[in-house]
Amino acid sequence: MTADGLPPPLAEIVADFAAAPPRDRLEMLLEFAQSLPPLPAHLADHPERLEPVPECQSPLFVTTEIEDGVVHIYADAPAEAPTTRGFAGIFHAGLDGQPPEAILAVPDDITARLALAEVVSPLRLRGAAALLGRMQRQVRDRLAAEASTPT
Amino acid sequence: MPPTTDPDPKLAEYAHPEKLVTTGWLADHLDDPGLVVVESDEDILLYETGHIPGAVKVDWHTELNDPITRDYVSSERFAELMRSKGIGRDTTVIFYGDKSNWWAAYALWVFSLFGHPDVRLVDGGRAKWEAEGRPMTTDAPSRVASDYPVVERDDAGIRAFRDDVLAHLGQPLVDVRSPDEYSGKLLHMPNYPQEGALRGGHIPGAKSVPWARAANEDGSFKSRAELDALYRGEAGLGQDDNVVVYCRIGERSSHTWFALTHLLGYENVRNYDGSWTEWGNAVRMPIEREADAG
Repeated sequence: MTADGLPPPLAEIVADFAAAPPRDRLEMLLEFAQSLPPLPAHLADHPERLEPVPECQSPLFVTTEIEDGVVHIYADAPAEAPTTRGFAGIFHAGLDGQPPEAILAVPDDITARLALAEVVSPLRLRGAAALLGRMQRQVRDRLAAEASTPT
Repeated sequence: MPPTTDPDPKLAEYAHPEKLVTTGWLADHLDDPGLVVVESDEDILLYETGHIPGAVKVDWHTELNDPITRDYVSSERFAELMRSKGIGRDTTVIFYGDKSNWWAAYALWVFSLFGHPDVRLVDGGRAKWEAEGRPMTTDAPSRVASDYPVVERDDAGIRAFRDDVLAHLGQPLVDVRSPDEYSGKLLHMPNYPQEGALRGGHIPGAKSVPWARAANEDGSFKSRAELDALYRGEAGLGQDDNVVVYCRIGERSSHTWFALTHLLGYENVRNYDGSWTEWGNAVRMPIEREADAG
């Protein structure tokens, strides 16, 4: 974990956005939208396993799985909602494969640190914060469930 | 020579057919001189994924709103924006966008505050254009910066402020939000982010006519006869009525404002852009909560 409480891949993304001129930040967000991987078969066939994120302006669904001590993030949003997909893509690129503690430690002002407010508008960033909050809640619930299950 | 009016028979039925174009007409006129296509979407990145060839993007959040005050941009800033998009005062501006043209209609309404003479909507917007398999491109348009005069914004005719609405109580008001927002059950649109209203309900006397009732499945406007039945018949709006429309932040009601003003020919329709995010938060505003008021 880096000094600012972010896992290294996410810290790198934050630094990249901060260093980019405002005009390029939208292009970067679009690249994250395009790099969000499709759902694996076990989720694509069972959309009910994904949690809706109603705070986003467009439909977004997310779920997390903990396997071998690391968290995997799966998210889906329609192609006609690239901004929403972009936020999901950032979290996927920055947090997938990290241990649960690292994900829980991500501060909730992360969306403000992404230097997107001036190009995306604060209103549109609320959905991104809600997405993080829901992923963290899922991870917390899964950890609690694991702790209470005898192995 | 300015672009002609789309002679489509459906459009010809409307009060101002020159305010709407079909996707087919636009496809044939994309290269007309004096015409600029503007995409305005809810999703700020959608344009970058592909847009109508030559279209420029205007974002309601970051370009039409003042960055500090809750208001639209100043006259100077609007003129700068127009110059940067290569739009002149005599340019025909044709808007289209996502979500059945909510934001396109909103942008058109803001352009109208500045009195831009020739503004039109693409019937059906982005979804219809795409569904018909028409060309899209990610190529950035090459537009030459234009000259655009600084024109004073005139809010008086088509924009209502809170005090105007208070003075208007008792006259026709149209609430275009969803039924649950109207009744007070929900404080925001289903599946949308909470945009912060402390109180739920509607402005006293407002009729509930959700904006989507003016649109077909494909996002195009309903026919003249259907719109007449809805607004003149069901909502009881008389031709000479003074009407105020509102929603949550003024975007969905721009769609209804467009339908009433340009498709049905009402001459006194104002959009209350403060809408529920102002009314539902301001102190001592009268609020009605029962579902069947009006």
